[in-house]
Amino acid sequence: MKWEIVIGLEVHTQLSTNTKIFSGASTAFGAEPNTQADAVSIALPGVLPVLNKGAVERAIKFGLAVGAHIAPRSVFARKNYFYPDLPKGYQISQMDLPVVGKGALTIQVEPLSGNAKPYEKVVRITRAHLEEDAGKSVHGAAQSMTGIDLNRAGTPLLEIVSEPDMSSAAEAVSYAKTLHSLVRWIGICDGNMQEGSFRCDVNVSVRRPGESLGTRREIKNLNSFKFMQQAIDYEVQWQIDTIENGGKVQQATILFNPDTGETRSMRSKEDAHDYRYFPDPDLLPLDISPAMIEAVHATMPELPIAKQARYTDEFGLSAYDASSLTSSREMAEFFDAGVAMVGAANAKLCANWLIGEVSAQLNRDGLDIAQCPISAAQFGAMLARIADGTISNSGAKEVFRALWSEGGDADAIIEAKGLKQVSDSGAIEKIVDEVMAANADKVAEYRSGKDKLFGFFVGAAMKASQGKANPAQLNEVLKKKLAG
Amino acid sequence: MSLTTQDVQKIARLARLAMNDTEIEAARAQLSGIFELIEQMQAVDTTGIEPMSHAQDLSQQLREDVVTASNDREAFQAIAPQVEGGLYLVPQVIE
Amino acid sequence: MLNHSLQQQGDALRAKKISSVELTQLYLDRIATHNPVLNAFVTVESAKSLAQAKAADAQLAAGSAQALTGIPIAQKDIFCAQGWRTTCGSKMLDNFISPYDAHVITQFNNAGAVNLGKTNMDEFAMGSSNETSYFGPVRNPWDIKAVPGGSSGGAAAAVAARLCAAATGTDTGGSIRQPAALCGVTGIKPTYGTVSRYGMIAFASSLDQAGPMARSAEDCALMLNVMTGHDPRDSTSLVRDKEDYTRELNKPLAGLRIGLPREFFAEGLSQDVGQCVQAAVAEYQKLGATVVEISLPNAKLAVPVYYVLAPAEASSNLSRFDGVRYGYRAPDYTDLTDMYEKTRAQGFGEEVKRRIMIGTYVLSHGYYDAYYLQAQKIRRLIAQDFTEAFKKCDVIMGPTSPSTAFNLGEKGDDPVQMYLSDIYTIAVNLAGLPGMSIPCGTGANAMPVGLQIIGDYFKEAQMLNVAHQYQLATDWHSRAPQGL
Repeated sequence: MKWEIVIGLEVHTQLSTNTKIFSGASTAFGAEPNTQADAVSIALPGVLPVLNKGAVERAIKFGLAVGAHIAPRSVFARKNYFYPDLPKGYQISQMDLPVVGKGALTIQVEPLSGNAKPYEKVVRITRAHLEEDAGKSVHGAAQSMTGIDLNRAGTPLLEIVSEPDMSSAAEAVSYAKTLHSLVRWIGICDGNMQEGSFRCDVNVSVRRPGESLGTRREIKNLNSFKFMQQAIDYEVQWQIDTIENGGKVQQATILFNPDTGETRSMRSKEDAHDYRYFPDPDLLPLDISPAMIEAVHATMPELPIAKQARYTDEFGLSAYDASSLTSSREMAEFFDAGVAMVGAANAKLCANWLIGEVSAQLNRDGLDIAQCPISAAQFGAMLARIADGTISNSGAKEVFRALWSEGGDADAIIEAKGLKQVSDSGAIEKIVDEVMAANADKVAEYRSGKDKLFGFFVGAAMKASQGKANPAQLNEVLKKKLAG
Repeated sequence: MSLTTQDVQKIARLARLAMNDTEIEAARAQLSGIFELIEQMQAVDTTGIEPMSHAQDLSQQLREDVVTASNDREAFQAIAPQVEGGLYLVPQVIE
Repeated sequence: MLNHSLQQQGDALRAKKISSVELTQLYLDRIATHNPVLNAFVTVESAKSLAQAKAADAQLAAGSAQALTGIPIAQKDIFCAQGWRTTCGSKMLDNFISPYDAHVITQFNNAGAVNLGKTNMDEFAMGSSNETSYFGPVRNPWDIKAVPGGSSGGAAAAVAARLCAAATGTDTGGSIRQPAALCGVTGIKPTYGTVSRYGMIAFASSLDQAGPMARSAEDCALMLNVMTGHDPRDSTSLVRDKEDYTRELNKPLAGLRIGLPREFFAEGLSQDVGQCVQAAVAEYQKLGATVVEISLPNAKLAVPVYYVLAPAEASSNLSRFDGVRYGYRAPDYTDLTDMYEKTRAQGFGEEVKRRIMIGTYVLSHGYYDAYYLQAQKIRRLIAQDFTEAFKKCDVIMGPTSPSTAFNLGEKGDDPVQMYLSDIYTIAVNLAGLPGMSIPCGTGANAMPVGLQIIGDYFKEAQMLNVAHQYQLATDWHSRAPQGL
C-alpha cells in the first residue's frame, strides 16, 4: 500500500535584537538566571509593553527576502494560557493580521538516501508573525520543584509558517536548512540551534493518494536537522502502522526523544486549549509605511536566489553548485572573494575547489566556512597559481594542505617545496627525448600500434621531471615525438 | 441566557479558579443573570461596523533597540513567594 | 488650612506660613482620628510621608518650589509606589511591596508633592461601592451607613472628609466620577491616553484612565498639570504638547452650548437627582449658556457592552496573579495546577472572580463573535453617537449616578443592580472621552448629587472652565460633611 506524506513547518526564529520585543532588557544568551528579567519580563503589576523597532525591521527584512506582502497594518493579540514560564498568563503574538503575508522559498532538495538526484522545489510560506518567547523551566532545581528563569521571556520571535508542501523528511530538512541559511544570510537571526535560536515544529500527517488530508500530529521544538529527519521518519512510520493496524491518528502535540529515537505525546498539554485570542489593548496597531519598507530594503544584501542566478548565468555553474555556494552568506562571500582574484573565467575552478577540497576539509575538522583557517585571499592566491599554470592540481593540493595546517602564502610554499611546474618546452623536450631513448623497445611497440603504452610514457616522463612537468604540455610533446 | 454547570466548570478551569459544587452553582445563577443583561446587545444590527479595540485610531510607537533595563533581580525576588539560586520555584512541571 | 484650595496651600507653603512637615502632620493626625471609621486609607506610612515633606521643605526653602511642592496627595492603591505596599484592594497583593514607581507617582515625586498614603478601593477597581475591597468597605463621610461609591471610594471619602487636599483616582467605567458624585467632591477622568497607565495596575486596559479628585475644578486643573504628559512606556499614551489646564478657568460661559441627552433623563433616574441636575442646568443658563436636547441612542447598551469588554480584558490582565513571582500563594497544594487554582481562588474576592469568569467565557471558543466582537462593534456605535452629539453642543451634561449614595450591603446580592449604578458614566469610557463630576446639590436624604460634564476629546481645559464658573457661582463643592 502506498502512502503520501504531508509535512508543514512552523519555525520559531529568535530575532537578533539587542533587547526584548516589548522592553529594554538584554537578550544576550547565557546570563545568570533572571538577571535579564526586567519588570516587563516578570510581568509586575502595572507594567506595559512597548514594541521594539529592531524586531519589526527584521520581520520586514524576512518578508522582503521571501517575496511576501508586508502588511501595512498588523495587530498584536493575546494568546491566553497558564504556564509558569509565561509570566503574564498570556503570550503577545499576532493572530488575524500578521506582519508578513504569503511568500515562497525555493529549495534544493538533496535526497537523504539512494542515488536520487537533487531537485528543486518551491515551498509556499503562509505567513510570518512577531511574538514573544517564553522563559525556561529548569528541572531539578530543588526537591520536586521546577525553577523558572525568565531571561528568555520576551525575546522576539518571528514564527514562520509554511504550507504543508513537503512530502518527505528530505524535503522538510532541505526547507529548514534553506530557511536557516536565509535568516542568517539576511542577519535577522544568529541561527544557533543549540541555544534555541532556530526551533522547528513539524506537522506530519499521512494519507493514501487521492484522499483528503489525514489527521496531523505536531512534533514540537526540534533543534537539529538530524533529529528532524529522525523524528519525521519515526512519526511517519508510526502513523502508517497505526492506520494499517486499524487504529486512528488523534491530533496531538508530541515530543521527540533523541535518546530513544521515538516520539510521544506531551502530558501537560492533554486538556484541550482554548487560547481566547483577542487584540492586545496595551498595543496599538502596527502601521508599516512604504518609507520604512524602503529603508529596510536598502539594507538588504544580495539574496541567495539572486546570487545563484548570477552564478549560473555569468559563470556557467550548475544549479546544484550555485546552491551549494550560497548555502551560507559566508560561503558565498568566500567564493566571491576568490573569483575577484582569479577572474570570472576561472570561477568554475574556484567553485570546484570550494565545493570539493575546502568543504571536505571543513567537514573533516568540523568547521564551517566562517572558521576556515585559510583566508579568501590566501585561497585566491593559490587558485591564481593553478590558473596561470605555475602549479599543477596535485601541486595545488600540497599547497592547500600547507596553507591549512601552517598558514602562510601560496607563492612562498610553492617556492619552498619546489612545486613550480616545468613549462619550459625545451626542458620538457629534453626529458621526453631521454625517456624515449631509454625505452627504445617500447617506442617501437607504440609505433607499431600499441597505443596503450602512451600512459607508460606519461608516467615515466612525469617521474623523470619529479612531478613538475606541466601535464598538458608534456602530453603534447610526447604525442608529437612518439608519432615520429 | 442561562449557563450550564458544565459551562461554569469549564470557565473556572480555564481561568484557574478552584470552585466547589456550591460555588459553581452560585456562580451559574449569577452569571446567568449577568448574561441576560449582556444579551441586549444581540438586538443590534452591527453589519458593516468596524470593531473598536482602542479609544483612538492611532499607530503603535516603536522603541529603539537599546538596552535600558538593569539587573533588578535582588529587588524583584525579595517579594517572590519561593526562589532558589535566582530561580522562581514552582511545583514540578511535567511535560 | 483644611478648606484651602491647592493654590492657597501652595501659597502658604511658599510664604513659609506653614511647612510641608506641619501640613503633612496635620493630615496624618486627621487620618489617625477618622480613618478607623471611614477606612479610606489602606496604607499610611507617616515616616515615609514626613521624609518627603522634609525634602519638600528644603525645596521650598531653596526657592525651587513648584505648584504642588510640599502638598500631601493621597494615592489610590492601584498605583505602584516604590517601597510602598501596593494592594489594589486585594488579598492577592496584600504583601506586595512595589519595587518600582508608576508614572503618576513619579510625576508627583518630581513635582515635590508628598505621598500621604494609599487609599482604599474596590478590589482591582471592580466595583461601584467600595464593598469589594479585601480591606473592608469605605464609609461615606456624609453618612457612615452609606457607601462612598467606587472604585475610587477611598479617594473620594478622603477628599470629602478633608483627610487630604486632593487625591488620585482611576476610572474604567465611572470609578472617579461616581464616587465623586456620591461623596460630594470634584473629579475628572481625562481623555483616554492623557495620563500614562504605566505602573497603574490594569483592570481593563482600553478603558482605564487616571485622573484627579479634589474639592474644586481649579484644584483638579493643578493636579492634571502634574499627572498628564506623554510617557513612552505606555504605548497608548498620547503624544501631545504639555497643556496648562488652568488656562481657560476664567473664561465667561456666554454662548456655551450644553447638550442634554434625552436618554440620561429617562426611566431609572431618581427624582431628587434629576431635580438637582435640572437646577444646575438652569444655573448654567443664568451664566449665559444655551441648552440643546441631544440623543445618544446607543447609550442604553453601554452597560452590556462594558460588561463584555471590561471583564474580557480583565480576565487576561489578571492572569499574571498566579503565585509564582510575587503576591499571594496558597499555603497548601498538590501540584502546579492546584497551586494556581487555589492561589487564585483564595487570593481574589467574589466580584473579581465573577468578572474573570465573564471575561473568560466571552472570549472562549464559539462565543467570541457573538459577545466580544459584537460588543466592540457597538462600542464604535456608542462613540459615533458622541461624535454626532458634539456637532450640536460644546459639552454634554447629565447626572453622574442615577441615585445618591445607597447603603452598605443594599445591593450586595445582585451584581446586575450594582452594575446599573454606572449607567451614565460607562459610555464615556467606551468612547475614550473626558468626563467629570461636580457637586450640584443634595438629594432627598441630604446626600450629595453629582452633575456629570462630558467634553469632546482633549477638551479638559474647557470642561474645567465650565465646572469652575459654576463653582464660582455656587457653593455645593465647598460644603463639608458634618461632624468631621
